[in-house]
Amino acid sequence: MKTLRPSRILLHVLVVVVCLWWFTPLAQLLITGVRTVPDAATSGWWTIVLHPLFTVDNFATAADLLKLERTLPSTLAMALPAVALTIVLSAFGAFALTHYRFRGRLFVHGLLVALLAVPPQVTFSPLLDLFSAIGVSGTLPALWIFQVSYTLPFGVYLVRGFMAGVPEELTEAARLDGASDVRIFLQIVTPLAGPVLASLGILQFMWSWNDLLAPLIFMGTSGSTSPITLELAGLVQSTSQNQTTSLAAGAILATLPPLVVIVVLQRYFVSGITAGAVK
Amino acid sequence: MNTLTLGRDLLVGVLLVPAVVLLLAAAGERALHRIDHRVAQRLRPWGWLTPVLVAVVAVLVYPTVLTLVRSLRGADGTGFVGLDNYLWALTGDNLRSLLNNALWVVLLPLGVVLLGLVMAVLIDRVRYERTARSLLVLPTAISLTAAGISWRLLYSWSPEGRTQLGVLNAVLTKLGLSPVPWIARPPSDMQWLNTVALIGVGVWAGLGLSVLVLSAAVKAVPEELLEAARLDGAGEIRVFLNITLPFVWPSVLTVATTQFTAAVKTFDVVYVMTNGGAGTNVVANQLYTELFRYPSDLGHASAIAVLLLVVTLPVVWFNIRSIRREAL
Repeated sequence: MKTLRPSRILLHVLVVVVCLWWFTPLAQLLITGVRTVPDAATSGWWTIVLHPLFTVDNFATAADLLKLERTLPSTLAMALPAVALTIVLSAFGAFALTHYRFRGRLFVHGLLVALLAVPPQVTFSPLLDLFSAIGVSGTLPALWIFQVSYTLPFGVYLVRGFMAGVPEELTEAARLDGASDVRIFLQIVTPLAGPVLASLGILQFMWSWNDLLAPLIFMGTSGSTSPITLELAGLVQSTSQNQTTSLAAGAILATLPPLVVIVVLQRYFVSGITAGAVK
Repeated sequence: MNTLTLGRDLLVGVLLVPAVVLLLAAAGERALHRIDHRVAQRLRPWGWLTPVLVAVVAVLVYPTVLTLVRSLRGADGTGFVGLDNYLWALTGDNLRSLLNNALWVVLLPLGVVLLGLVMAVLIDRVRYERTARSLLVLPTAISLTAAGISWRLLYSWSPEGRTQLGVLNAVLTKLGLSPVPWIARPPSDMQWLNTVALIGVGVWAGLGLSVLVLSAAVKAVPEELLEAARLDGAGEIRVFLNITLPFVWPSVLTVATTQFTAAVKTFDVVYVMTNGGAGTNVVANQLYTELFRYPSDLGHASAIAVLLLVVTLPVVWFNIRSIRREAL
């Protein structure tokens, strides 16, 4: 592609400027997190270049404020089951909708697609009653139930698009060999849908881990199993503006796991999402 | 709750529940083998669908119906008050929240789609595409709570003459301009711009997924078509409008509907950055207040929730129409 020089320069300038700007809030968090409290209160974070003074104290303070030794395990105990259940149930639903031709298929598909756009707020007040009726209110299973069910319409939709592309000859051949449908699901369809299931899992991990609204509604502002994002939001409400250093350190600690996940697993994430999207 | 019970919960959730679900599937398959082949074939898909349907009906459909009913009832969920709750929801402070949500619903999808398209097309032409895309995708992994903490600092404002701690106002001051209270304009000023500043945070967080989806679509545009148009003397902008855009349109709609839904339910950014102050309140935060103030008002909370649902109906309708077309 040989275009005019000035337009190439403009292209590079635009891309670089937007990307740098997109990285700025993250850089700002990282730098503010290692600055000393008096420094952060009197000068902008970018002045660290002229006046390099670092500290790791903020992270210790933040870990303390976020009650990390308690919130870290409970956040894991919230997010990992949500991920496992979302993957299994989405695969089930997608398998049913792509593998069988049956009366009511279009209706189920339509129902799930309609539910894609339902705002979660519509369900809150009756769900609070339901959860206390079945005795899970304020517990982690309540959050699993909500987060998994809320993601299912999207999960089935995403995986269905992928499973629809599995050639019928493959499953037909297995059936002729006498394989049961459970076997076909476990040994043929699921392995083929691996990439899309992986990206669904990554997405659900980030959503669950970073979720604020559901824990706030179903757990209240201070539960004994409250996840880390909830504590972080509570910290924002309770600390004053000049405590930015420990807030920034806390924000980094709270989002480190999903950030690591997306950096390490980006390849899987991207391939699954784009395969589903282009279909 | 100690670590031991947490460990138990984790094991139950990650291993036991999925294992039980799978075992049930296998047991169901066994049972179906025993009965008439034709009937079994009919029941099979419903067996797979049962857990999904139970989950979405119990957690999404049934509560939605109950909320509709409650929106016509009094504060404690009994009696019948007609449309009183809706009249309340459409007046006073609530109207402000509705208008703010309207801003979110228009500007968030618009911002994410337009910037997403521009970036998808631009990074397709540079050699450092992967790096650029990674930088744009990173914010996707960060909670809106953490994003709010960072952007609060970015937007921070001190009176003129004092040291500016936020980048934006520091730059403005360097240029000799007055600092702008980005998310704290007083009522005398154009307060709706506070909401626009918050939407900026939403765009920052949402752009990554949009670029991923749109850049995959942009790459799928056949190179021959683009070359042919260029040979015919079409400029890059014409090529984009006449060829690329129609090609990627379905992906544009996907991104737009996702962001539309996100805008309707927006909560975190507002909760963390302004807590609804400075004229930035949105419906979801209002609902949270109604639900958890003492005594709570279920009627008010439900009516607000139903309004959110009504706003999403065009998207629901559009989605269903597109699968009907796909099925034909």
